[in-house]
Amino acid sequence: MLLFSWRTLWRDWRGGELRILAVALVIAVTAVSAVGFFIDRVDRGIQQQAAELIAADLVISSARPVSADTEAGAKALGLQTAHTMQFRSVAIAGDKPQLVEVKAVSDGYPFRGKLQIANAPFTADQPTDEIPASHKVWVEPRLLQMLGLEVGDVLQLGAVPFTITQLLTYEPDRGGDMFSVAPRVMINHADIPETGLIGQGALVNYRLLIDGEQATIDRYRRQLENQSDDEENILSVRESRPELRVALERAQQFLGLASIISVLLAGVAVATAARRFARRHFDSAAIYRCFGATQNKIIVTFSLEMLWLALIASSVGVALGLLAQAGISQILDKLFLTSLPAPSLPPVFMGYATGIILLLGFAMPPLLSLRQVPPLRVLRRDQVPVSTRGSLIYSAVFLSIGSLLYWQVRDLKMVVSVMGGMLLTIGVLSLAAYGLIHLLGHLRQRVGVAWRFGLANIARRRADSVMQIVAFGLGIMVLLLLSTVRNDLLDGWQQSLPADAPNHFMINVQTDQVAGIQQFFQQQGVKQPTLHAMVRARLTSINGRKVSSDDYTSDRAKHMITREFNLSPASQPQVDNIILAGSWWQPSDQGKPLMSLEAKLANTLAIKMNDRVSFDINGREREFTISNLREVDWQTFNINFFTVVPPGVLDDDPASWVTSLYLKPEQKNLIAPLVKRYPNVTVIDVEAIMSRVRGIMDRVTLAVEFIFMFSLLAGLAVLYAAIQASQDERRFESAVLRTLGARRSILLRGLFAEFITLGALSGLLAGFAATTLAWVLAEQVFHFPYQFNPLVAVAGITAGIAIVGIAGVLGTRSVLSQPPVETLRRA
Amino acid sequence: MDLQQSSGFVQAIQLGKQVTTSEGPLVILDDINFSIAAGTSVAILGASGSGKTTLLGLLAGLDASSTGQALINDIDLGSLDEDGRALLRADNVGFVFQNFQLLKGLTALENVMLPLELATAAKPAEAARGILSRVGLADRMHHYPGQLSGGEQQRCAIARAFAASPQVLFADEPTGNLDQATGKRIIDLLFELNREQGTTLIMATHDEELASQCDRRLHLQGGKLVNQ
Repeated sequence: MLLFSWRTLWRDWRGGELRILAVALVIAVTAVSAVGFFIDRVDRGIQQQAAELIAADLVISSARPVSADTEAGAKALGLQTAHTMQFRSVAIAGDKPQLVEVKAVSDGYPFRGKLQIANAPFTADQPTDEIPASHKVWVEPRLLQMLGLEVGDVLQLGAVPFTITQLLTYEPDRGGDMFSVAPRVMINHADIPETGLIGQGALVNYRLLIDGEQATIDRYRRQLENQSDDEENILSVRESRPELRVALERAQQFLGLASIISVLLAGVAVATAARRFARRHFDSAAIYRCFGATQNKIIVTFSLEMLWLALIASSVGVALGLLAQAGISQILDKLFLTSLPAPSLPPVFMGYATGIILLLGFAMPPLLSLRQVPPLRVLRRDQVPVSTRGSLIYSAVFLSIGSLLYWQVRDLKMVVSVMGGMLLTIGVLSLAAYGLIHLLGHLRQRVGVAWRFGLANIARRRADSVMQIVAFGLGIMVLLLLSTVRNDLLDGWQQSLPADAPNHFMINVQTDQVAGIQQFFQQQGVKQPTLHAMVRARLTSINGRKVSSDDYTSDRAKHMITREFNLSPASQPQVDNIILAGSWWQPSDQGKPLMSLEAKLANTLAIKMNDRVSFDINGREREFTISNLREVDWQTFNINFFTVVPPGVLDDDPASWVTSLYLKPEQKNLIAPLVKRYPNVTVIDVEAIMSRVRGIMDRVTLAVEFIFMFSLLAGLAVLYAAIQASQDERRFESAVLRTLGARRSILLRGLFAEFITLGALSGLLAGFAATTLAWVLAEQVFHFPYQFNPLVAVAGITAGIAIVGIAGVLGTRSVLSQPPVETLRRA
Repeated sequence: MDLQQSSGFVQAIQLGKQVTTSEGPLVILDDINFSIAAGTSVAILGASGSGKTTLLGLLAGLDASSTGQALINDIDLGSLDEDGRALLRADNVGFVFQNFQLLKGLTALENVMLPLELATAAKPAEAARGILSRVGLADRMHHYPGQLSGGEQQRCAIARAFAASPQVLFADEPTGNLDQATGKRIIDLLFELNREQGTTLIMATHDEELASQCDRRLHLQGGKLVNQ
């Protein structure tokens, strides 16, 4: 049986019956395994480098200096410790300010992994066991370019001029590029007090790194957990770099979804090709039956044949996937990790499973009809089997796509919503395609013979035409969304901001610096900024009941409950705030423990009007009553807070101040003198960060586009499958028309007309769908007016005509090259 | 009954076939009775629409009868399900068709190998080569049906029919698509192989001359057997 099915496979392959099936399978498997290989490499990278990624066996991370008790506990057990501090600050070279990510490290850092340094740009780097000496700084190479510096030059950080002695090329606990907004500078921990960079309430991540025997580490960890200090988070190899894992999970879901679109389209091609394959095998099945094959033998033979095909096509797909993942790794180079382990085996299984499931789900239902071919067909050609029930076909398709989708995203809710979304999209696109084809009917009377022939073909094979339009429509729509529309959205959003929307943030301002800073800007002719005080606090209880992340199910709630809040006193609400419930306080409420809460946060944490909420402020528990809920427009770039209190409530607590302000391009040179005067103040240039974020987005988008290219290829497979299914009919028609005197050129023009129209319709539909989706995103999700861009439709139509038109004519051309007499004799 | 004696013994007992049409039931075959001894050749004669092909289909178990019984080697085909009839065909029955029914994607050799492969015979290629040489297609083995003439295609079909050494061979208008001279050569070949293998031959035809070469003739008219 195995041998016979293998032979049958070879015979069918030779006859060209299986090529489109194989190609569609290869495309789907390539897309899925490319994503699989890449995600697996990053995932294993994170696992393998887990200890390196936190530079120690155990890390205590806190927004405040790690307590002396915590460190003493570790030392008492004989564990080694080291300190790091990370914060953003502005470094100055000459008069040029630059936002940098400062990391101050103490002796012993890093316990796991090694720093790598180079003496000059573009020279080989080497690992080192040292850290920067006092008043020396190691910088990321790109900082030299940004500020026009060289090794040996001076970089001012706060009150201290540091000499650049080395270029920092690798830092084990930095992970990938994705999380670094500004270039790194590394200094010695002991230099920090002298710099004066850290004021009260400054945003700093303090870390205590711990090294030692695993058993001792475990013991120490248990001790720490019993103390349960909310301020100090314990990070170990197990929960190393949660943000990296979250980013990877997102990437997996997004790229996985992108690859599933290819799988779905490839499935359509497989189903079309399998239908044709089944139809063309009615005679074989009848002969098999006639020669004594049982129904089961027939179905087992064809199933085994398909299994062979799936195995071969999957092998090719996995090999191509391996090549393609190198492409993704190249595009997302170092975004996640600086070095990735070699590809491993599990994605290979996933590739094979995809091939087999796809074939089972999409090809087997039509093939099952072969089982029903009556043997009498050998005597009477009109005997055809009953087609496989639609419900069986659809449930097989649903089940296979659903299971593959679940495998990719591992989230049942998401699978259900994505499947629903896909069905809705396909349904709407199909209806629209039907409508467009119907409209074409009116054109037929007004065009010449060739075009009439082409348009008639589209209308006659209506179901196939709709399928092709939708398949290409989907592919082109996604590419339009990712390319043109994405930029339109970003531009639209930027344009929606007022011209003088703040473009700089200032943080870490101390109370005694507020007046001076306001005066500084006034003197320089810049609109005097409003500074807002904020006091850091941690939410401890609601209505007297202690709260912890265990009380909530949503990730957002879990995150919000553990983060530090900034309580800000204000006498008036910000202009962009709307009071949704309750009322703003009166001047007479000054000093009363009231609180205004941002409405969405209140909803997330299930806090209602008049609830009592307690915060730990600087070690002291304080209770506030919710007196109003506010809606905040976070997109204005104005300074806004989740939690606002009346003036006078926090006067005795250590506050730091923040503001946002608009600086014209020619006023940017004010930053350097400001930072020189107030070294602890950090100025963040929003535009620089936006361009950095855009750069990362561009790379991520490119990777997603890369995966979506497979969906276009799958669309081509759908087209070819449909062309192949209609090939016999086309051949016969063209023979009849030529016998009636139609010239070859007319028939060729007819084919052009048919496929150009199909392409144009897909493009039009794609353009329309992409624009609609963009409009919904802009107006409903991001809340800014969307500017319709007619070029999107033009781009869609052009792409459609180019892809479908050319591929279609190439695919059908052979119809014209066959002498009509040959075709007619066979018919 | 002795199994040896009964190999290739075909029988119809009150065999009938009717189908339902929009204008009511339509009788295609009615009360057909005959026995065909093993090793003999029988022609079923009749005009187009007389029910020849239907009768052939019922006798070979390709179709189920509405009434009566069709038996091969004393086994009532009606008592078997579709797969049971298939297995019976695999062991006992061969076919030759008017339109040859060669699979277009397979070479002559592969077409002949097919019934052997389905019966999981040992060395199917070797046996197929032998029989193809026997029908004079030794140098055409790797040609596809489209590359063979009508006569060659039918010879290939005959080779396929005899490849598995059937006890009963059903032939439906085997010369219907061939010119007279080619047809004659094909018939000679068919009878020759029939004699060599001792097969029971049941042939539907409207060609009296061809029928005259058979041991026995059954005439069908309007679905009834008119004389034997």
